[in-house]
Amino acid sequence: MRALVIDDSRATRAILSRILQQVGFATFDVADGQLALTWLADNGPVDLALVDWNMPILDGLSFIKIVRANPAYADMRLLMVTTESDIERMIMALEAGADEYAMKPFTASVIREKVDILGIKLPDTPVAGGVV
Amino acid sequence: MTATEAQRGDLTPTDLVYLRELIRERSAIVIDESKGYLLESRLAPVARRNGHNSLTELVARLRLDHTGPLHDLVVDAMTTNETSFFRDIHPWTVLEQTWLPELIQKRSAQRTLTFWNAACSSGQEPYSLAMLLRDRFPQIVDTWNVRIIATDLSAEMLGRSAAGRYTQLEVNRGLPAPLLVKHFKRDGQYWQINDNLRGMVEFRALNLVGQWPFIPQVDVLFMRNVLIYFDLPTKQEILNKLRGVLRPDGYLMLGTAETTLNVDERFERVAVDRATAYRPR
Ligand SMILES: C[S@@+](CC[C@H](N)C(=O)[O-])C[C@H]1O[C@@H](n2cnc3c(N)ncnc32)[C@H](O)[C@@H]1O
Ligand SMILES: [Mg+2]
Repeated sequence: MRALVIDDSRATRAILSRILQQVGFATFDVADGQLALTWLADNGPVDLALVDWNMPILDGLSFIKIVRANPAYADMRLLMVTTESDIERMIMALEAGADEYAMKPFTASVIREKVDILGIKLPDTPVAGGVV
Repeated sequence: MTATEAQRGDLTPTDLVYLRELIRERSAIVIDESKGYLLESRLAPVARRNGHNSLTELVARLRLDHTGPLHDLVVDAMTTNETSFFRDIHPWTVLEQTWLPELIQKRSAQRTLTFWNAACSSGQEPYSLAMLLRDRFPQIVDTWNVRIIATDLSAEMLGRSAAGRYTQLEVNRGLPAPLLVKHFKRDGQYWQINDNLRGMVEFRALNLVGQWPFIPQVDVLFMRNVLIYFDLPTKQEILNKLRGVLRPDGYLMLGTAETTLNVDERFERVAVDRATAYRPR
């Protein structure tokens, strides 16, 4: 399983990548929506993209609209991860084609649970963190 | 000496035994000796909030009565309330796709479904159920007699459950975004669940240990992530009582780390996909 992490904060990219790696994804990361489109054109679709909203050059919402207009990317699951927390914003993102939405700040379980909700079948990997 | 050392040094072995016994007697929660730090970290704020300068002072005050509001606060503070919406996801999927359709068919004459969420913590579990029922089985919710009874030992958790107000982190966890925008309103930094869902759940205090108040016959019983805190005889006592409440063809849902195997052989395990439930044999 491949995941692309798209966020203009290098620290956020590193944190998100590590969480995804722990549950078994191979991760790649880029700093804005335009770079993400280029990456996808070069490397083909990924199973999951984590998409920040506010980024320079091409923002996350525009990125999602472009991806959803391209049938080659139809199977990609898109998880928005953003500081935007208004219901109206969430509805906009879902209507544009985001499959899920997580608000910053997040914890590792937030991201893991969103991946579960998306129904992405990962090979069984031990998950960090204890019982209850 | 650092502050924490000072506090740790605070509790004598007799105090520790007293607290462990108090908590065990009231809630059946077993805090073994290696978890002494838990007592200190969770009870220090209780001591402070109630005007005691140290844990020793708190224990001295507790010893004056056999029971009282302070005893309840201590027990409350020692419960682990970790929970999330649609926790572990798989049981919810199978409930929706397999177990509920089957029960609905079996109950089509009575047109009654009763759910019991024992140990509901801050309410995410009963509200997950309410959302699932309202969204996936709307005609049942509207025309049948559907009851969701949610209970917990902790008064604080019951208050939070009934309020249905959640932080951003709580609604981020396990709750699909389309359900968040549909069933919640933002209220400052909190998220408030809509009244139509809140009205579907009846919240009550219930200690799983000791005698239970009247509970009607239940079709699906959620008792997730609570047996894990109890010793074997307590687990057995609870599973035994539960058989009197659960319908013979009803389902018992436990936490993923819990099982009736080697605890009470009068349950059989039903596994579908990645979900497990238990039924009386
Ligand atoms: C870890 S939470 C589980 C919440 C939820 N069922 C879930 O699985 O996410 C455990 C809950 O059990 C409650 N509890 C602990 N001892 C109890 C007892 N003796 N009777 C009833 N509830 C109890 C606690 O107050 C706490 O809310
Ligand atoms: Mg950003």
